[in-house]
Amino acid sequence: MNKLVQVKNIYKTFAGLNAVDGVSLEIDQGQFFSLLGPSGCGKTTLLRLIAGFEKPSSGEVVIDNLHMEGVVPNQRPTNMVFQNYAIFPHLNVEQNVAYGLHKKRLSKVEKTKMINEVLDLVGLSGFNHRAASAMSGGQKQRVALARALILKPKVLLLDEPLSALDKKLREQMQLELRNLQRAVGITFILVTHDQEEALTMSDKVAVMFDGQVAQVATPRELYEKPISQKVASFIGAMNFIDGKVIDSKNVFTVESELWGTFTMTRSQMFGNPSKTFMTLGIRPERISIGTASKTDAASVSGIIKDAAYYGETTNYKIQYGTKGATLNVSEQNSFGQMGYQIGEEVQLKTDLESLIGFFD
Amino acid sequence: MSQSSKYLKIFAFIYLIFLYAPALLLPIFSFNSSQIIAFPLTGFSTHWFKTLFYQETLHEALKNSLIIAVASSCLGTILGVFAARATTRYDFSGKQITLTFILAPLVLPEIIVGVALLIVLMQMGLSLNLWSVVLGHTLLITPFSILIMNSAFNNLDISLEEASLDLGETQFGTFQRVILPLVFPGIIASLLIGFTLSLDEFIIAFFLTGTETTLPVYIWSMLRFPKQLPTTMALGTVLLVVSLVLLSLSEYFRRRTAKSNASVE
Repeated sequence: MNKLVQVKNIYKTFAGLNAVDGVSLEIDQGQFFSLLGPSGCGKTTLLRLIAGFEKPSSGEVVIDNLHMEGVVPNQRPTNMVFQNYAIFPHLNVEQNVAYGLHKKRLSKVEKTKMINEVLDLVGLSGFNHRAASAMSGGQKQRVALARALILKPKVLLLDEPLSALDKKLREQMQLELRNLQRAVGITFILVTHDQEEALTMSDKVAVMFDGQVAQVATPRELYEKPISQKVASFIGAMNFIDGKVIDSKNVFTVESELWGTFTMTRSQMFGNPSKTFMTLGIRPERISIGTASKTDAASVSGIIKDAAYYGETTNYKIQYGTKGATLNVSEQNSFGQMGYQIGEEVQLKTDLESLIGFFD
Repeated sequence: MSQSSKYLKIFAFIYLIFLYAPALLLPIFSFNSSQIIAFPLTGFSTHWFKTLFYQETLHEALKNSLIIAVASSCLGTILGVFAARATTRYDFSGKQITLTFILAPLVLPEIIVGVALLIVLMQMGLSLNLWSVVLGHTLLITPFSILIMNSAFNNLDISLEEASLDLGETQFGTFQRVILPLVFPGIIASLLIGFTLSLDEFIIAFFLTGTETTLPVYIWSMLRFPKQLPTTMALGTVLLVVSLVLLSLSEYFRRRTAKSNASVE
C-alpha cells in the first residue's frame, strides 16, 4: 500500500522540553488514522508539524513522496479542522466554505456547484447564507469540514474536532465522520484524547505518551493486545495481577495467587519475557460471575464488595484471596433480573486465553 | 444600603458635578444674548453661533486643525496597528521596555513633550508649520491607538489566521481577508479618538505651530478680546458637542470589536 504520510524520527523541542520525542509513523493512503493520548502527550504538536504550523527540531515529514521541509502550510496538500473550528466570524456559511477557492481560477457557476456539493456532503444544504454567529457548535464543525474538503486535500487533519460537542451529538458525528471519510476516500488524521472515539472511528491508532509513540495498531489489536500496562490502562479498563514465571520452555507456565498454576503462549507476552516476575492483565468483561462450584484453575471464589449499575452492564468490585485484593468485573445485565448483591459470595470464571503478560 | 456605600454615592455625585458643571457653563453662556459673561442670564439667542460664520481667521484655523487631525490620527493609527500587532503576536527582547517608552506620552506632561519637540525641530533646522504639529500629535495619538488595537488583536483568535493559511491564503492575503476585517472597528475607534485628541490639543500645537494656528490656539488668542468672548463660548460649545459625538462613536466601535470577536468562542 502507498505510504501517503511518513513521519521520520521527528523531534520538537519547546523551551528545552521534547514535546515530540523521536516519533516515526507511516500512514496509508485512504486510512482513518488516530493519534490518541492524554493531554500534553504531544499529539497536537505532531499534527501541527504535519500541517506545517510547527517546524521540527529534527527529523522530517514526507507527504506523497514530497519532502515537506521549508514548505509553508498554504503550500502543503493538507487541510485542517481546528479544535475550536476557527470559523471566520465575519463570513457566512458559503463564504467560509469558499474561502480557499479564492486563489483558484474557477467560474462562478463551478464554484457554486462545488459549494453546494460539499454542503450536501456534510449535511448543510440550504444553509449557504447563515451567518457565522448564528451557527450551532455542530454546524460550525460541519462548515469547518466542508471548508477543508472542498479543496480536496490529500490529507485532512482533525484536531480534537468533537471535544466541544455534547455526548449525543459527538456520537452521531463520530459515525458521520467515519462515513464521510469512506465516501471521500481522503486520508484522515485525527487527534483525540478520547479512547472510545479513537477505537470506533479509526483504521489505525497510534497511542502516544510523553512525546513518544507507545503502540500503533488497529483498534482491536490495541484493545486485545496492548503492549504495555500503560497502554492497557489508557485503552479501556484492565485488572492487573502479580504473576511469576516458573517454566518457559515451549509454553510459559505461570503461577499467580488468583488462578494458581496455568500456561500461557509467547504471543500473550509483552516486554522482555526472560524475567521471572510479571504482571497479568485481564479485561473486566473477560471474567464472568457464576455460582457454579469449582471446576478448573480458572474458577475462583470471591466476595462482592461494590456494584455499580450502568444500564447495559454492572461493574462489580470483587475481593479474592487472603490479602484483600480486588478485581473489577463487568457483567452484562439481563432484563428483569437482579444483579449480585454486595457481600454475596460468587465464583469467578476467567477466560484465560485473553490474559496478557506484561514484563515492563 | 450600607453606610459606606451611601457616602460613596454622594462622593461620586459631587465628583461628577465638579467635573462637568464648568463644561455646562459653556453652552449656557453661548446661548445667552448678553455680551457679558455673568449671571443672571438676559435671554436666549443664537446670535453668537451666527458670528462664527463671519470669522475668516477662525475658518483658517479650523481648516488647519482638520488637516492636522486627519493626518495625525491616520499616522498614529497606522503606527498603532503595527506596534499592537508586534506586541500581541511576537516575542522579542526589549518588548516591554519599548512598549513602555511608546506609551510614555500618555502620562508625560504635554508641556515637556512640546518643549522637547520644539528644541529638537529647531536644532534640526526645520521650520515650524502644520507638519511639525502633525508629528507632535502623532506622538500623542500613537499610545492611545496601541491600547485600542492591542485589545482588538488580543481578541483575535490565532487559529483564524492559521485556518486562513491552511486554506491556501498567503500571509498578506490573510491580513487582508481575515485580520483587517476583524480589527476594523478597532481601527475606526482609534481614528476617531486620534481625531478628537488632535482637534482639542493645545499645548503641543501652541509650541509647534508656526504662523498657521489651530483651533484651540485660535480660541486662546481670542480670550484677550472680551468682546469676542461669547463667540468663543459658542465655538467651545460646538467643539464640546463634536468631541462628545466622536468619542461616543469611538466607544461604540471599540465595543463592537470586542463583541464580534467574542462570538468566535
